[in-house]
Amino acid sequence: MASDGGSGLSIHPMDQFIVQPLFGDGPVGMFTITNVTLWLALSVVAVLALMVLGTRGRAVVPGRTQSVAELAYGFVYKMVEDVSGKEGLKFFPYIMTLFLFIVFANFLGLLPMSFATTSHIAVTALLAMGVFLTVTILGFVKNGSKFLGLFWVSSAPLALRPVLAIIELISYFVRPVSHSIRLAGNIMAGHAVLKVFAGFAAVGAIAPIAIFGMIGVYALELLVAFIQAYVFTILTCVYLKDALHPGH
Amino acid sequence: MATETAGHGVETVGQEIEAGMPQLDFSTFPNQIFWLLVALFAIYFILSRIALPRIGAVLAERQGTITNDIAAAEELKLRAVDAEKAYDKALADARTEAGRIVAATKADIQGELDNVIAKADAEIAAKSAESEKAINEIRAGAIKSVEEVATDTVAAIVVALGGQADKAAVDSAVKSRLKGDAR
Repeated sequence: MASDGGSGLSIHPMDQFIVQPLFGDGPVGMFTITNVTLWLALSVVAVLALMVLGTRGRAVVPGRTQSVAELAYGFVYKMVEDVSGKEGLKFFPYIMTLFLFIVFANFLGLLPMSFATTSHIAVTALLAMGVFLTVTILGFVKNGSKFLGLFWVSSAPLALRPVLAIIELISYFVRPVSHSIRLAGNIMAGHAVLKVFAGFAAVGAIAPIAIFGMIGVYALELLVAFIQAYVFTILTCVYLKDALHPGH
Repeated sequence: MATETAGHGVETVGQEIEAGMPQLDFSTFPNQIFWLLVALFAIYFILSRIALPRIGAVLAERQGTITNDIAAAEELKLRAVDAEKAYDKALADARTEAGRIVAATKADIQGELDNVIAKADAEIAAKSAESEKAINEIRAGAIKSVEEVATDTVAAIVVALGGQADKAAVDSAVKSRLKGDAR
């Protein structure tokens, strides 16, 4: 978002991620209205437009927007049902929230001059921690101490079980880290690469290559935007399944 | 050039840009987390209160409509089959009826025709009997005339030959000759 040179090779691929106040200069406090606020709000508006305004007709034979809304509903509903089982459907609104937020944040972040909220560790870490805490608390509330069976691989030889338990425990606590960094890393890397290509496009001789490169990377980023949302959601479903049915 | 722009950035935005990734600028974390929570709660509220129940209802309604339509179509199909059966039956009945009527009519016509033919035959028979009678009369008349002519002629011939015309003898001779001819 910040000034980006214009001529020569003054490429600042990370400047687009800077959090800054929307009105005036000053420190970024907790309640300051920043570009993060704006683009998060736009995500909310996009969700509202698709899921509420798009379905206001409640048509039995759906129009275009309603079809997309129903497609998203069916897609996530089936995912939750298939991966987490029938019991997981209680969490369908929560998972739908995650999916729609990430999808819209990713796609809005791909608009030129926009701000990609999901490229920030703070955002994705909160999402991942939310999932981690939900799943852990749910696991203990629902299964009590049996939830610890998740770490005690009863199908392995007895001698190996303690070792496996340590590995399982570590992998369990690494989950939120990988969950959040996967999303933020993908989005951040893609946007940074786009910015680098854009910087090279300012140089006459290699501009055509850079522009074609940008087109290619942009197409890839469109794919990544959806796939990362899908991956985040399906992993959430998988973790939820672990919490509901901790047996291996 | 690069240092110039970077320096400019430092002035307006903050000191952390030079440090590298803005993602690791922890001073912006409370802001991001606060607004993200607001956004997530807003989306969750929108979805769980309005959008998801609505879409679920629409999908259920569509499923219901489709099921109803299929059932209605099934029923209509059954009715169509029934109607076809009824039609076929009516057609077969009509055919039988038509056949019956044709046969009856044929029988009627045949009877009438027989009557008429019988009557005509009787008339023809009466007429021919009458005609035969007339012919017989004519024939009898003719034979009588021939007898008379023959008798007269014989008498004349006998007289011409110088004989005595015995009327009774001539008559019997002519009669016997005529009988022989008639045979």
